Amino acid sequence: MTWAVTQALLSHWRRHRLQLATLLIGIALATGLWSAVQAINAEARASYQRASDQLALGRYDELRDPSGPIPLARYVALRRAGWQVAAVLEGSLQVGDRRVQVLGVDMVTYPALPAVTQVEQSDTPPDPADMLTAPGRLLAAPDLAQTLGVRSDFPPILPSDALPSDLILTDIGVAETLLNQPGQISRLIVLPDQPMGIPPLSEIAPDLERINASTRLDTTQLTDSFHLNLTAFGLLSFAVGLFIVHGTVGLAFAQRRGMIRTLRALGVSMRRLVWMITAELTLLALIGGALGLILGFFLAGALLPDVAATLRGLYGAPVDGQMRLQPEWVVAGLAIALAGTLLASGHALHRLSRMPLLSGAGLQAWRGAASGRRATALIGLALIAGGFVTAYAFEGLVAGFAMVAGILTGAALVLPALLSFALSLLQRGARGPVTQWVWADMRAQLPGLSLALMALLLALAANIGVGTMVSSFRLTFTGWLDQRLTSELYVTAADDQQGQQIAQWLDPQVDAVLPIRSIELAHLSGPLFLYGIVDHQSYRQNWPLIASSDEVWDRVLAGEAVLINEQLARRSNLWPGDDLTLKPDQTLTIAGVYSDYGNPTGQAIVSMAQLDRIAPGADTRRFGIRLAPERATEMAQALRDQFDLPRQAVVQQASMKAQSLAIFDKTFVVTSALNILTLGVAGFAILTSLLTLWTQRLPQIAPVWALGLTRAQLARIELLRSVLLAALTAVLALPLGLVLAWALLAVINVQAFGWRLPMYLFPEDWAYLFALTLLAAFIAAALPALRLLCLPPADLLKVFAYER
Amino acid sequence: MNVKALLFGLLFLLPAPMWAQGYAGLGGSADGFDIPKQGYQFQFPRDHGPHPSFRIEWWYLTANLIGEDGRDYGVQWTLFRSALKPTQTDGWQSPQLWMGHAAVTTPDAHYLAERLSRGGIGQAGVTAAPYEAWIDEWHMRGPDPDTLTLTASGEEFHYDLSLTALGPLVFHGDAGYSVKSADGQASHYYSQPFYDVEGVLYLPDGDVAVTGQGWLDREWSSQPLAEDQSGWDWFSLSFDDGDKLMAFRLRGGRGDFTAATWISADGTATPLPDGSASFIPLETARVEGRDVPVTWQVTLPDYDLDVEVTALTPKAWMATRFEYWEGPVKVSGNRSGRGYLEMTGY
Amino acid sequence: MLLNIDKVQKSYPGGRPVLRDVSLTLDQGQTLALTGESGSGKSTLLNLAAALDSLDGGEITLDGTALSPLDDRGRATLRRQSISLVFQQFNLIPSLTVAQNLSFHARLTGREDTGWTAHLANRLGLSELLPRYPENLSGGQQQRVAIGRAMAAQPKLLLADEPTGNLDETASATVLDLMLSLVADTGAALLLVTHSQDIAARLDRHAHLTGGRIA
Repeated sequence: MTWAVTQALLSHWRRHRLQLATLLIGIALATGLWSAVQAINAEARASYQRASDQLALGRYDELRDPSGPIPLARYVALRRAGWQVAAVLEGSLQVGDRRVQVLGVDMVTYPALPAVTQVEQSDTPPDPADMLTAPGRLLAAPDLAQTLGVRSDFPPILPSDALPSDLILTDIGVAETLLNQPGQISRLIVLPDQPMGIPPLSEIAPDLERINASTRLDTTQLTDSFHLNLTAFGLLSFAVGLFIVHGTVGLAFAQRRGMIRTLRALGVSMRRLVWMITAELTLLALIGGALGLILGFFLAGALLPDVAATLRGLYGAPVDGQMRLQPEWVVAGLAIALAGTLLASGHALHRLSRMPLLSGAGLQAWRGAASGRRATALIGLALIAGGFVTAYAFEGLVAGFAMVAGILTGAALVLPALLSFALSLLQRGARGPVTQWVWADMRAQLPGLSLALMALLLALAANIGVGTMVSSFRLTFTGWLDQRLTSELYVTAADDQQGQQIAQWLDPQVDAVLPIRSIELAHLSGPLFLYGIVDHQSYRQNWPLIASSDEVWDRVLAGEAVLINEQLARRSNLWPGDDLTLKPDQTLTIAGVYSDYGNPTGQAIVSMAQLDRIAPGADTRRFGIRLAPERATEMAQALRDQFDLPRQAVVQQASMKAQSLAIFDKTFVVTSALNILTLGVAGFAILTSLLTLWTQRLPQIAPVWALGLTRAQLARIELLRSVLLAALTAVLALPLGLVLAWALLAVINVQAFGWRLPMYLFPEDWAYLFALTLLAAFIAAALPALRLLCLPPADLLKVFAYER
Repeated sequence: MNVKALLFGLLFLLPAPMWAQGYAGLGGSADGFDIPKQGYQFQFPRDHGPHPSFRIEWWYLTANLIGEDGRDYGVQWTLFRSALKPTQTDGWQSPQLWMGHAAVTTPDAHYLAERLSRGGIGQAGVTAAPYEAWIDEWHMRGPDPDTLTLTASGEEFHYDLSLTALGPLVFHGDAGYSVKSADGQASHYYSQPFYDVEGVLYLPDGDVAVTGQGWLDREWSSQPLAEDQSGWDWFSLSFDDGDKLMAFRLRGGRGDFTAATWISADGTATPLPDGSASFIPLETARVEGRDVPVTWQVTLPDYDLDVEVTALTPKAWMATRFEYWEGPVKVSGNRSGRGYLEMTGY
Repeated sequence: MLLNIDKVQKSYPGGRPVLRDVSLTLDQGQTLALTGESGSGKSTLLNLAAALDSLDGGEITLDGTALSPLDDRGRATLRRQSISLVFQQFNLIPSLTVAQNLSFHARLTGREDTGWTAHLANRLGLSELLPRYPENLSGGQQQRVAIGRAMAAQPKLLLADEPTGNLDETASATVLDLMLSLVADTGAALLLVTHSQDIAARLDRHAHLTGGRIA
């Protein structure tokens, strides 16, 4: 019996191939977009994990000298006092057009690193003598190894895939030569096993600062916000995909009611039918899910390089651009496909299981939905209110996203009521019988289309919101770059001594030489970079202060006060008038807060004299140079020639801005790609809904046709209807999108990145999106309209002749 | 193979197959290392210091101590030097690598620590005069090797000892040329077995003042074990009547190679050739997953010696990067006394 | 002569002939009942006369206009202007109220006479039901709305296909009475398809279709 019933059930799909395709595409789209985002997140996280495993990052406390590198003698002194520490020398190196990090560790005392173990356990292990003595060996990821291989002045390279890209791992002795920093150590890691009775650090090395592993801001924390962002997008796409599944399954079930009634009349129990249909849905979910996984895998592969670029650019997080297929990901993808399908079909299945054996075939009630619509709208309003309350009552990124989710879901639920209201107004204002009918008919059609329209609303709002955020951000960022990069040239000397020479040489030739000095301190909120500045109009006039107190510059430059960046201000809730403790005996009043985009860490600015008191003897290797802009190119070259500086040591303002903007633009490539995809899926949802409604349309249309409207007229009206509904939805999506943009700029950004951005409006973008929406709706309605146009009159006539 | 594991491979002259190729030409001086020569004239204090042109070298001090609590204690302090190349340079890239091992053994526990260092930066090294061997905060220091202070610490122990030599240096083998196999592998080897020791051990259960006897071995070479040799059992025994014995057995597939030095109480040393001593394991104990002989019958017919050597505790396993057993022993039989036993390759 | 059906032929999509050389005429003010077995082609003939479907052969002329040369648009115009239809079911536009349904056809033709429509609503007993939607009406009420809508357009020809086929006896009688009296009052011609001889007997003329021909 089971087989016979199966055959009967499956025969439906043979006859409705398009429906089957729609269902599978819906499941595949939902699974694919969701899985792609999951894969991207997992891959990025795995990359951090690999990097932190590979480099033993964040596992040990560290000793640093705030004023600069630690001399070798200090390391030996610590060792001879019993402190078990291992030396690390870090720096960056320009190789061709790539900037790579060099990590030099004392291979003898540093904890075993996977890359080293891997190389040593390979079939051709290097002779340790080669690793530890000159010229040494460099370990690098295979693609970087290739790039490095062309440099004949480099030590031989050992490729290892246990390393993040853009990193050279080598012995500290090799790194000294490579970075030209002999006898210098960037930091010491404190090994876990320390002997009995070692003297406290304050006795033997008071100038060193111990930084706990836990207080360092790690990549995972920093990038959490980014991933949450992507996850939210993935979830949105998933939801939109499920709208399609819901619609299609609903139709398929409605069409099979007759068959199911017959099967039950023949003695098949409802229980068995429900089980078999569930099994059928499971099978479809798995097939659709598998297709979705293929889609997701390629999508993630296409997007990952940009995500990697973003994460590197924004947070300096090491991410490979390579996708790897993880079995857990496949299982999770299929599970979510199954869960999503069953969730989307649950309602239809439930209704089917409650269907009385002898119920009439009956037409769906057209008007009964009003009370349900009111209830839905009320729930929607409650969700919106809840969203706002959440954001005000709770702190943090999750609360921010909860607010956005509340507002979006709420708005989607309110949408049908709003549309119905708008249509009833239009209907009241309509004069002709046909227009009156069109409005009335659209209202009648709403329940069937509302899910698709909700999907469209969400997609549009997300587009407007995210688009507004990105564009506002870009505008702000560009303006901020102009303010922040005031010097025409930026030069970096090889060392302190050369720095002094450069400053002396430049002084008579340019308007001003502004030294840029910084040290790294540990603050409760994470690392804090402290900068010293000299008095100059460049700062007083241009520095992008977002909050300040009276005579801010005079007080800072007199050494009485400090400026902090917005990230630090928001993270630690410090504002003008509050105190900032830089070192135990150095507390200054905060005089102002400045915006500092694209920087994950805290920053503070004091006068140069103050910096000298806090960290005497910090290097001065970087300078901003003010001079007439037209002399910048010539002066850059003169500097390079005079001091034999490498090209990248002298940077012009223009190219610095260009680079910054390029990184910025890369950052949001993924966001816009997901945006467009979501809109596409919403368009597809409209198509499937219209196809779903198709069979219910004939009883609506046939009487009108019989009364003297041509099929061409009806087809045109059909197109117009879809476009109009999309247009109405788009109009409603605009305010929602702006609310979303506001939430992103004023709530999510603050939580995720530590800065709040002003909001700008971009009506041309909306116009473009509006046109795109109408086009999508037109395309979605084109197929049903075409079908109507070609419909034989006999099919319309059947409506009047037979019970349907 | 880890860099650090490799260091040990070199230090213990084990014929790891991986490195066999590298050693193929070791009979000569193809890779530039000096090899021990028969008839070498020791010069002091120079030879108390390091010999960078030899591949390996050690300063190896063991002491049998008795605490104020009446219990037996053993102390080990070892500094190994291992050269990747027969040269010495300053800075990180010096080919001279150093490793320290320190341990305290009680009748029921064993505490140990290990240190590693590069040779060119001052973190570890040896100077002959004034005499100092150090790695990190560990040191063995004095105006000369006759009067020393010795200190080392680990997570759970620390010791401060002072040592005074009561007898002369003793040269093993042929005036300090100690042959290690039938193929002729050899080392330069002398000892100071006459230290009087006193000091304090700082242990998890509390501080213990101790007194006893110490034995310093100095040995350097460039040659690995013979290919068939898999490890050794090395004894340094001090009998209650003042005589001492250094004896070892190198276990090989082609048969064991043994050698010994009888040191009379006045310091007169008599080298004994291969086959003079016999070593029979009587009892093994399961330590860290290995079966290690902890009771031995050692016989030396030339001196009418037939004794049982028993470990103070089987727990004296050195769970360092390269593992071995090193611990204090008690001697009973037709002579009694105390000493140290080292066993590798188990 | 209002309606002239001349040697009309029509086949099903499969090619099986439904109507073979059927001829009929109907004059202004005349009522004609068309009966026949199930599948005899009576509904098909009605649909052809209503310009809902196209002919395979022969010609139908309505008020001097030949139907076969007309395209989709021409046929739609003809339906709108000259013909009113009442079907067995689904006559009404579900999304419009009774009032809107009543006036819909008349407004399409541009001949809406609100007084006449109100009169019709009153006469058909629909005055109380005007704000309702079709789904809330009984079958008899729905058919009365359909008749009201048909007559509100002041057609020359009323075509009805089993208008009482879905109704019980009482409702059926009411509906038929109302339709016949309205047709008589307005002078419209009526072509009514039915399988009931009793109903057929109440009309001026009676034609019987069998095997695709008028018997």
